[in-house]
Amino acid sequence: MTNTEVNTVMKFRTFKRHFKVGLKNIWRNGWMTVASIGAVTTTLILVGSFLALMMNLNQVAKNLEEDVEIKTFIELTASQEEVDALEDQIKAMPEVSSVTFSSKEEELNNLIESMGEEGSSLELFEQDNPLNDVYVVKTEDPLETVNVANKINKLDSVFKVNYGEEVVQKLFTFNKYSRNIGLVLIIGLVFTAIFLISNTIKLTIMARRKEIGIMKLVGATNSFIRWPFFVEGLLLGVLGTVIPITVVIAGYYYLDKNVNDLITMNFVELLPFNPFAWQLSLLILAIGAFIGVWGSVMSVRKFLKV
Amino acid sequence: MIDMQGVYKKYPNGVTALNGVDVTIEQGEFVYIVGPSGAGKSTFIKLIFREVKPTNGKVVVNNVNLQKVKEKRIPHIRRDIGVVYQDFKLLPKLTVFENIAFALEVIEETPKNIRRRVMEVLDLVGLKNKARFIPDELSGGEQQRVSIARAIVNHPKLVIADEPTGNLDPDTSWGIMNILEEINARGTTIIMATHSKEIVNTVKKRVIAIEGGLIVRDEHRGEYGYEV
Ligand SMILES: Nc1ncnc2c1ncn2[C@@H]1O[C@H](COP(=O)(O)OP(=O)(O)O)[C@@H](O)[C@H]1O
Ligand SMILES: [Mg+2]
Repeated sequence: MTNTEVNTVMKFRTFKRHFKVGLKNIWRNGWMTVASIGAVTTTLILVGSFLALMMNLNQVAKNLEEDVEIKTFIELTASQEEVDALEDQIKAMPEVSSVTFSSKEEELNNLIESMGEEGSSLELFEQDNPLNDVYVVKTEDPLETVNVANKINKLDSVFKVNYGEEVVQKLFTFNKYSRNIGLVLIIGLVFTAIFLISNTIKLTIMARRKEIGIMKLVGATNSFIRWPFFVEGLLLGVLGTVIPITVVIAGYYYLDKNVNDLITMNFVELLPFNPFAWQLSLLILAIGAFIGVWGSVMSVRKFLKV
Repeated sequence: MIDMQGVYKKYPNGVTALNGVDVTIEQGEFVYIVGPSGAGKSTFIKLIFREVKPTNGKVVVNNVNLQKVKEKRIPHIRRDIGVVYQDFKLLPKLTVFENIAFALEVIEETPKNIRRRVMEVLDLVGLKNKARFIPDELSGGEQQRVSIARAIVNHPKLVIADEPTGNLDPDTSWGIMNILEEINARGTTIIMATHSKEIVNTVKKRVIAIEGGLIVRDEHRGEYGYEV
């Protein structure tokens, strides 16, 4: 029998051993454990609330973007052939997803309806309709709107196009920036948490530095020493998600019940509690586990060179 | 078993601890390393399980050339060598049982075998009834016996001890010596650095004397040779 055989695959009993030791260390480290869990908890409450806000804003932005359409007003003088040809030309554009014809009668009805009481005065125009026939064009990707509108505008038989230029431009710019800023903030928060937890764990490892040296002299490999820390970090991270997940679920449940009634604008609508709250909880769990493992493994790395 | 040729060791601070050491130790020998403080005894011992690397020269242990061995293999090489320290180097938060078991956990023994072998070795060092104690609850002599138990639990072919009785009273020291002799009688090579004239002169073994980083004397059934 020789002990110098190199075993690369860990035996299951060794995995169990690492798990037990990691669990014991959490217990033995007492208030250090509490501090680490506290760091994860605080960060994840921030990250969680922020994610909820971001994802809802994102949804609102998406709804707004999807409402964007290009109204193509057709020349009054265009013949039926020219109108059909125009439709074919627009449909041929690869960015275009749908083209719907709306006659000037339909347009007038829409207008009358949208104006409510005052709209009735417009009924006078029903005999002599001053409006144009319209093609309502939607694009595959809302960001292509401006581009497509300009292309349509150059076609024959087009009187003018209208897509609310100013609003659309501002909306897209706003959405782009708010998404990027949100992403940066979340990444920043996560790394702050990793830094916090790795510092806390580092303190407990400092105390264990001598022990790590002894373990190596008794023949422990680096990975043998690292595994319990991995387990410890994972558990710290996961334990740190308990309160944030509770807060997010409870808070979101409350909002879902009470806020939707208050908001009347039809494009502002909270993402439905189910499945959104569960998805968010899962995300928080994953981030917590990642923070714990990363913070723990990073801090043990330095002490393994004996 | 151990073969050193032209071994030099210069520490980063400029101290030359070993200044050209040639020595061969066979399987089953019991060897004392003696010499004044600062002579290089501990450095000599640490070279054997690669706690320090030689600046120059060849160190072969258990047929492995330690100069050429990959860093990754070092833990595996250490598992074939039991080491006993003057300051015991026990893990303070683990019980006696857990400390000894650690040496078997690293080689992925089954829990059943671990229990059996730890109890066997605790019996050998006379600490069966202290298995659940932590090191702080034990006397120095008991702690040293735990560290010997950890060193031998995995049946290594070589046990090295750096002043294992240095912190212990004479009675306790004899107890430790008995254990080491018993292990040696079972065929294990023992290398022991010591300052104890009494032990060296009573339990006669091979004596290697180091002074100023050089081997100045190497005798079988030798004497301590220094005034205390
Ligand atoms: N880690 C170290 N760094 C620098 N010098 C050291 C180190 N260890 C030992 N020395 C020096 O090397 C010499 C030999 O030390 P050592 O081998 O411990 O001798 P001994 O065990 O015989 O007392 C001494 O001068 C000591 O100061
Ligand atoms: Mg010494």
